[in-house]
Amino acid sequence: MKHSKFDVVVVGAGHAGTEAAHAAARMGVETALVTLSEQDIGVMSCNPAIGGLGKGHLVREIDALDGVMGRVADQAGIQFRLLNRRKGPAVQGPRAQADRALYRAAMKKETQGRDHLSIIVGEVVDFLMDGSKVSGIKLADDSEIRAEAVILTSGTFLRGVIHIGDVSKPGGRMGDRPSVKLAERLDSFDLPLGRLKTGTPPRLDGRTIDWSDLERQDGDEDPTLFSFLSTSVIAPQISCGITHTNAQTHEIIERNLSRSAMYGGHIDGVGPRYCPSIEDKIVRFADKESHQIFLEPEGVNDHTIYPNGISTSLPQDVQLDYVRSIKGLEKSVILQPGYAIEYDYVDPRVLTSSLSLPEAPGLYLAGQINGTTGYEEAAAQGLVAGLNAALSVLGRDPIHFTRADSYIGVMIDDLTTRGVAEPYRMFTSRAEFRLSLRADNADQRLTPMGVDLGCVGQIRKAQFTRKMEKLTAAKSLLMDRTYTPKEVRAVGINVNQDGNRRDGMALLAFPDVSFEDLLSLVPGLEGFDADTRLQVERDALYANYIARQQKDVEAMKRDELYEIPRDFDYSMLDGLSSEMKQKLAEARPVNIAQAARVEGVTPAALTLLLAKLRREQKVRKA
Amino acid sequence: MDTIFALASAQGKAGVAVIRLSGPLAHSAAAGLTGSSLPSRGMRVRSLHASDGSRLDEGLILTFQAPASFTGEDVAELQIHGSTASVNAVMRYLSDADGLRLAEPGEFTRRALENGKMDLTQVEGLADLIDAETEAQRKQAQTILAGELGILAERWRRDLIRAASLLEAVIDFADEEVPTDVTPEVQSLITGVMHDLQREADGVKIAERIRTGFEVAIVGLPNAGKSTLLNALAGREAAITSEYAGTTRDVIEVRMDLSGLPVTLLDTAGLRETDDHVENLGIELARKRADAADLRVFLTDDPTELGVPMIEGDIQVLPKSDLHGDREGGISGKTGQGIDRLISHISCILSEKSTSHGIATRERHRVALNDAKAALGAAVTVLESGPDLYDIAAEELRTAIRALETLVGRIGVEDLLDEIFSSFCLGK
Repeated sequence: MKHSKFDVVVVGAGHAGTEAAHAAARMGVETALVTLSEQDIGVMSCNPAIGGLGKGHLVREIDALDGVMGRVADQAGIQFRLLNRRKGPAVQGPRAQADRALYRAAMKKETQGRDHLSIIVGEVVDFLMDGSKVSGIKLADDSEIRAEAVILTSGTFLRGVIHIGDVSKPGGRMGDRPSVKLAERLDSFDLPLGRLKTGTPPRLDGRTIDWSDLERQDGDEDPTLFSFLSTSVIAPQISCGITHTNAQTHEIIERNLSRSAMYGGHIDGVGPRYCPSIEDKIVRFADKESHQIFLEPEGVNDHTIYPNGISTSLPQDVQLDYVRSIKGLEKSVILQPGYAIEYDYVDPRVLTSSLSLPEAPGLYLAGQINGTTGYEEAAAQGLVAGLNAALSVLGRDPIHFTRADSYIGVMIDDLTTRGVAEPYRMFTSRAEFRLSLRADNADQRLTPMGVDLGCVGQIRKAQFTRKMEKLTAAKSLLMDRTYTPKEVRAVGINVNQDGNRRDGMALLAFPDVSFEDLLSLVPGLEGFDADTRLQVERDALYANYIARQQKDVEAMKRDELYEIPRDFDYSMLDGLSSEMKQKLAEARPVNIAQAARVEGVTPAALTLLLAKLRREQKVRKA
Repeated sequence: MDTIFALASAQGKAGVAVIRLSGPLAHSAAAGLTGSSLPSRGMRVRSLHASDGSRLDEGLILTFQAPASFTGEDVAELQIHGSTASVNAVMRYLSDADGLRLAEPGEFTRRALENGKMDLTQVEGLADLIDAETEAQRKQAQTILAGELGILAERWRRDLIRAASLLEAVIDFADEEVPTDVTPEVQSLITGVMHDLQREADGVKIAERIRTGFEVAIVGLPNAGKSTLLNALAGREAAITSEYAGTTRDVIEVRMDLSGLPVTLLDTAGLRETDDHVENLGIELARKRADAADLRVFLTDDPTELGVPMIEGDIQVLPKSDLHGDREGGISGKTGQGIDRLISHISCILSEKSTSHGIATRERHRVALNDAKAALGAAVTVLESGPDLYDIAAEELRTAIRALETLVGRIGVEDLLDEIFSSFCLGK
């Protein structure tokens, strides 16, 4: 029997697991990444794409803290598109199709090359316990790995059941074993669990698709990459095909609805509304005659096609029927049938904002197990858990991301205070401070924080410093003096002749004023490169709105300072309705700011809560 | 830190009203009202003037300097005459001033707490105080939502959710099958709400709406002359807008305007002991309605014989003056004797009630409506640039929705997502 010891052990090498392991290792603590197989490192089990709206923001934030997802996606990207390119920078989201094999290879290389990080292949069957504390893991071969902190990123493996029509079998992903023993151990912690489901489409053989008449979608000519460190695409670029379902497709699906796992009553889990199965689409939007399908190549040297938009739990023969009713797919061959998967998740409201589980000290949960969906959401949680596990090993205070500083903070706060009702996905509309939480300024928001923490390497630090020097220089020139409307008009910029003097940044806040327009007004601007010019424009654009939000941000930050003990007894709060007491007890807000976001909580209730907290503090001190 | 203000004394007519300000601008705002400087700590008698120079009132201004004040911040207290008009005028001046806003319930207390200005026993006593404030707010909200304004607010809520969800769908699902330009529908939804807000904000119609449905019940023995009195009241002073039988044949409602106050007069069944089952049901209902009414007019010589308790503020008048000769407190629907006196008595009591319904609440609504209107106006302007500036339009819309939160309830991202997912087939 082998025994070994690490500071942090990460269970699972998906997107949450890899990001968690890298984060802990970057903090300099000895970290082990335990996976069933080296092949699983960085595997994309759903669609072969990274980023998008809200999601692309998360990737940029991970990158700003020197995480791996952005750089790996840039290496594996085979089609880059900046979504909402024509809208404001706050709502632009970078997205890329990724080559599955390249992604895995790049992630494996990053992981093997990381200092303080070891890869261990094995099946985790149990935790080692030290009283109520989790102190390591046990593998199927009976070897034990002791650790100060364990991060569990087991995805859909908790009581995972795969459904294809009326056939169901236990499994986490197609071909993987579910972790039954581990599930039993988690049960012993008596955690509130819920059940969710998600689905995938059948995978097609691209060589059997007739591409000749299909519409094509190309990537951007000038690709927007994820990482602030990347400079150009590496992999060859491809385009996707677009086709549509038709009346015949819908007829086949309708006729066989009762054979679908979901409509046949085999599935209880709640699925995501933004990612419905084709059965769902046809039932819920019966009057829609056609649905769009993106035919996404899974790789440059891979003929597998991911038909995005037709995930299903119909039996295999029906899948083939309806697929072949679609234009271009008449002769296509299914390589792997689509399936629905049901799995348990842990109600994330039991977690702290570090993603640790107070019921089992030493244990952190990240990724799909917390009720989220998506690689980016998983990776961002992995980062949070990895950093905090390392900080706890080092005896340092946890790092707390807030709704005002990042999408990461928005997500963690949503999960830990509101919980989830369906698989949680990031949207930009979830961020109330959306105009300041932009993909383009993720580094300005988070890299300094990462440098302070110690998770940012020298290369990024140096690059960031250079960038900020240029930005600061350009901005100080722009703010050096103010100009009358007359002076501004004289260089051809149209502003209100309202007598208000404005500096260069204020002028750039007008959507139709560009950096170039100011060259003849403000001396010394010519020397700045295109990147700096663009960034100054973006930083200036929302200045008025961001200033307006600043008051809300400050109020929230102030409220965050008033912490609520985890064991706080809401039942003794005289003056609150019992409904409100119950809601607060379930949400377990960690501070007054979070309590304020619990539905139905009024300012008066907060004052009461604050009063009680003050009183308790005094009693404790006395 | 914002500077906040609120009416600190009881609402309604009183000898003196106290308006308290706390925060960095408390002293300068008070000084602005008096048009002269104030000591950082002290007491001055000053005239208060509106920004156009017109005189509002005369009052005693107390100033306290941080940290030696109730909240631990700079505090000013304006002790002015307790008339509704004075208080209204000063409150309006303050809410229009830059950097000032109405305090939330419990907010002064909260600041005192945060600044360590309360001791343990004071904290113990807080629960009741805040409970009362919360309860008052809850009742107020219920009153609003039950009335005509509630119907309006519900429509605003629906339209704002729809408008915001359209913008958010275009932003968040840009790579899916959603429309790329929703400007016309969003603009029409927003201008619809703006139009309503404008109407409400003009002339503080909300206050009237809250008061819609002041119920005045006339109770008395059978044949005491209640119906005659009701007809006399209605015929003399009222513009009758509707007349219909109540849920039973025994309660007649007459809606009328009494000295500018909308009032519903209830003519109830005569209250007496009876074995008649149907009549008993009517009497039961009459008692219930009379109990629930804002004001009861007891048309009787002996109020204790009716089985409805007479409470403070109720009016007793003696029936059938025409038969008993002119007596103190006597009234006759037939001859009209005493009617004018009764009308002025009722309207006096009701105006008092209506003002105590909450100047602060009304002022809060006015501010909310104006803020929302401004933000919606900005959104409409931004929308003219089309989808390119949807991010900014959405931000303005969000600001408007937050301003209206007290009226339409909190609209969270889940409300928007619900609307988006029910309108568009998403998921590629």
